Amino acid sequence: MSTTTFDIATAPAKDQATARSLGRRRKMVDRLVRWACVGSTIIGLIFLASILATLLYRGFAALDLTVLTKEFEPTTYGDDTAPRGGLVHAIIGSLIQTGIGTAIGTPIGLLVGTYLAEYARGSKLGEAVRFVSDVLLSAPSILIGLFIYQMVVLPMGGFSGLAGSLALAIIVIPVVVRTTEDMLTLIPNTLREAVVALGAPKWKMVVLVTWRAALSGIVTGILLAFARITGETAPLLLTSFGNSVTSWSLGRSMASLPIAIYQQANSGFPDLIDIAWAGALLVTLGVLSVNIVARVLLRKRK
Amino acid sequence: MQQTVTSPRAGGAVGDKIFEWLCRGAGLLVLGLLGAIILTLFIGGLPAFREFGLPVLWSTDWNPVEGRESYGAAVPVVGTIVTAILAILIAVPAAFGIAFYLTELAPEWIRGPVGTAIELLAAIPSIIFGMWGLFILVPIIQNYIQLPFGEVLGAIPVIGVIFDSNNFAGTSLFAAAVVLAIMILPFIAATMRDVFLTVPAVYKESAYGLGCTRWEVMNKVVIPYTRVSVVGGIMLGLGRALGETMAVTFVIGNANRIATSIFDPSTTIASVVAMEFPESLMGSLKQSSLLALGFLLFVISFIVLATSRWLLRSRLK
Repeated sequence: MSTTTFDIATAPAKDQATARSLGRRRKMVDRLVRWACVGSTIIGLIFLASILATLLYRGFAALDLTVLTKEFEPTTYGDDTAPRGGLVHAIIGSLIQTGIGTAIGTPIGLLVGTYLAEYARGSKLGEAVRFVSDVLLSAPSILIGLFIYQMVVLPMGGFSGLAGSLALAIIVIPVVVRTTEDMLTLIPNTLREAVVALGAPKWKMVVLVTWRAALSGIVTGILLAFARITGETAPLLLTSFGNSVTSWSLGRSMASLPIAIYQQANSGFPDLIDIAWAGALLVTLGVLSVNIVARVLLRKRK
Repeated sequence: MQQTVTSPRAGGAVGDKIFEWLCRGAGLLVLGLLGAIILTLFIGGLPAFREFGLPVLWSTDWNPVEGRESYGAAVPVVGTIVTAILAILIAVPAAFGIAFYLTELAPEWIRGPVGTAIELLAAIPSIIFGMWGLFILVPIIQNYIQLPFGEVLGAIPVIGVIFDSNNFAGTSLFAAAVVLAIMILPFIAATMRDVFLTVPAVYKESAYGLGCTRWEVMNKVVIPYTRVSVVGGIMLGLGRALGETMAVTFVIGNANRIATSIFDPSTTIASVVAMEFPESLMGSLKQSSLLALGFLLFVISFIVLATSRWLLRSRLK
């Protein structure tokens, strides 16, 4: 296109007609591209709106106290007298596993992020750790499920809530590493120098000053990690497998919301699919609201 | 803060050593984790590698019957690659449009909210995409794309077979590609937007000063300046598309046979693992085959993600 631009600039005045038609063409292409861009943005927003609208419409229709208080029941086959099932076993299982997963993954991620920001700037080992953590961030989560299956499920002889929590913890680590490192590198060095100049050891500088200065950023990372594992399904399929009753034991298979949604959505029974929509609404509302809180926290920082 | 700052007090020095090694240990743990994942998948897949050898890669025979067991990898491998590439083909133009719109075209007050909305699309769990895809998108694709276009395009000689399908369920390679495209769209768009923003304003202003239109500035100034990072962003999307499991499992139909048409059901590595692994016997040859497939997927996505990170390195620093 720019070649035509220069053609116009260098064209003799008698070629005015050609220049004008070229100019028209350039403007038309520009307008076309602009509409294509507006169009693709609108399409992107329509997808988001369609997903949210479907969830709200189908989810709220099915969401009631039964869903929140009852455990799984087989399909009623349209019989109104049969007991309707719910998702409470899955909600409890999800909270336990995501809670433990976050609790295990967060300290490790925090330490790794601190290592990268405070100790390993420019070092070879630091580069390697940063690279591996970034790869883990986007690695297929089902492979983490396979890994935990081999390491935990096989030796323990069966699916367990513990295995599920560990798989989720591995997913938490790289998310926390990324945000912790980013937030710590934003802290001005003068702050660190001031602390060290007062005679404090470096670990006190990190723990009492830089961590505290970066606190809201670090919390954002933890929230994002929590939101991410709340919706994780694939690794749980291979580790905690799902359960149709409430289980408090980490040693046995444990239900979780995503797995319950997956199983009931694919059951083919309309009443179970309705419950799956209610579960999907719960998960999405949870994930999106945690995300929004995290964003607000981050914006306050900036 | 390159050097360790030591305090005259011994207590501080000991605390420093302990804390530094805690941090370094956590770093080493992450390194070890990746190594352990690769090693576990490889060792788990070893019996299958031994039993079937290399031909398993292009075998399409999937037979769990004991004594005649065969777990050809060709169908899921082809399915993974085809869906991921189709998804990229669909997502990249749209992501570019969004990034271009958000950096150059949109009025200031629109950029923030629309940008956040696109980012929220990335936060929606994959199982939700799967459910939405199965119940909303698949019927739409079947009624408005597969049936009308499939017939017309199917009549074209030679390449027509790609579009000709007698699949009635609607779940297909194409449906999976569309859902994947929607899922990776926000990642690619966000990366492109961020790299477009790194172009110095002076360059763009000079081009505008010469009378360039916005598209010419984008095409001749911004894209050449950011080309490498843009490709990195696309690779990041590709890496995600390759390993996506639940959304694909919902809409691809999970049929373990070679699809001749993009409207035929098929399967991918990730979804065959998700579907078959929990039901297979512990320590069976089938499990080992699935672990071997997992190893293959890990190698492919590792290469793609490492390339992506290498291409994006200038932006990361």
